[in-house]
Amino acid sequence: MKNEILRFENVTMIYHTPQGETAALKDLTFSVGQGEFIAVIGPSGCGKTTILSLAAGLIKPSAGRITVREGVTFGYMLQKDELFPWRTIEKNILLPLEIKKTNTPENRKKALDLAVKYGLGDFLSSYPDQLSGGMRQRAALIRTLASDPAMLLLDEPFSALDYQTRLNVCDDVYRIIRSENKTALLITHDISEAISVADRVLVLSRRPAHVLGEHELAFPREMKPLKRREEKTFSGWFERLWRQLNV
Amino acid sequence: MKHKRENFSEEHLLYLRKLKRTDLTVQISRILLLVLLLGVWELLADFEIVNPFITSSPSRICTTIASLYREGTLFYHIGVTLGETLAGFAIAVVGGYLIALVLWWSDLLRKILEPYIVVLNSLPKIALGPLIIIWCGTGSEAIVAITVLIGIIIAIMNMLSGFVSTDKNKILLLQSMGAGKLQILQKLVIPSSLPAFISMLKINVGMAWIGSIMGEYIVSKAGLGYLIVYGGQVFKLDLVMAATVILCLLAGVMYFLVVLLEKIAVKNDRR
Repeated sequence: MKNEILRFENVTMIYHTPQGETAALKDLTFSVGQGEFIAVIGPSGCGKTTILSLAAGLIKPSAGRITVREGVTFGYMLQKDELFPWRTIEKNILLPLEIKKTNTPENRKKALDLAVKYGLGDFLSSYPDQLSGGMRQRAALIRTLASDPAMLLLDEPFSALDYQTRLNVCDDVYRIIRSENKTALLITHDISEAISVADRVLVLSRRPAHVLGEHELAFPREMKPLKRREEKTFSGWFERLWRQLNV
Repeated sequence: MKHKRENFSEEHLLYLRKLKRTDLTVQISRILLLVLLLGVWELLADFEIVNPFITSSPSRICTTIASLYREGTLFYHIGVTLGETLAGFAIAVVGGYLIALVLWWSDLLRKILEPYIVVLNSLPKIALGPLIIIWCGTGSEAIVAITVLIGIIIAIMNMLSGFVSTDKNKILLLQSMGAGKLQILQKLVIPSSLPAFISMLKINVGMAWIGSIMGEYIVSKAGLGYLIVYGGQVFKLDLVMAATVILCLLAGVMYFLVVLLEKIAVKNDRR
């Protein structure tokens, strides 16, 4: 694939506990191109989160190879916003800069400009408990973007929200990721969410997970998630993915 | 939706008034209860319905405190006990915090030391009294040592459980940003364990007083605990009561200071 920034080759991951060993991934192969939005769906407990931890380099695979393009950095976004309640939104957003020791005035300005651009300007000196769930998740996204990562790893970032907020936040996050030209790898168990945001969907099998199918969705890039849901092809994709998941 | 004060509805104003009234009732009742208890005690003693030699009385306690003050020993005894308590409290809190940090840092060390901590925790520290007198002498050092022993294990256990219960997902988040263990400690573990720290302080205020008074029971030449033991031995129950009352006041003030600290900390902390 051209412009590839992340590649998994025959990656196998085995977890060890005193009770025994669990194979989470088996011979998993896929790659992600620059600027792509990839969604990974699979049955619950199939080791989806493991993929993100492996990509971010937090754990090492038992076998196989993971190649990350030189200089590519990752930003991680989790199910809950995980904003630190004792920090203001501004301080939360600047956290990655503090950790990476890149807390320079220019970087700070870039991050805060981003916050202002996406409607958090009035909340910078607020504390997380003063924000709604949707705004909190947006703040979490801006925090993820603050260190300007090339690729975003999204671990079911909408699943803790109520349904209405979830659709809106999904639209929101999609818009921001697209306009910032980021590559994204989204893990989800929600088929329609995957179809509404992704360029390409990977369907994983039950544990130990391997790729059952890869689907190029071919929706226009600028089409928003909520708009996609109204498309005729949407339900067709839903059926195909649903059937593949339930083999 | 919150309204400004001037646009409160009639019903809301009524609700506020009711809140205020309840608050006032509680405050007044508290004071009345104290006055009532002291009054009944005083009258029972004055009319010798109970033997004031055994039960003492509020007026006799006041006289005793006044005479201690005239002799110039009142603040000396308070100072001795307060000094021992504060020193023991500070060493136990700081030492316990640091040891808990080390145990959080090293899983292996924590596992190795766990049974020792459990045994030390269940051991009545006062059993070590004779040893401490031999090791530290019969001065204030021994009393501080006993106070530290009583407080430090609890400080360690409270802080350790506070540190260990740090949100795993937040740790994962920091790791994904490339944070090392020291950064996780600074940015997450220490700030998020603030409530555990405050509750540990509250528990240790009580522990420090237990430690210093117990210590003075075993070995002392001065202090409030000394006055209580001495008063008991020579059957001067006015002295015992007077020292106890002062002790109550001091412990109350110290606890109140911790609560004040908590208020300040929580105001800057919101969770």
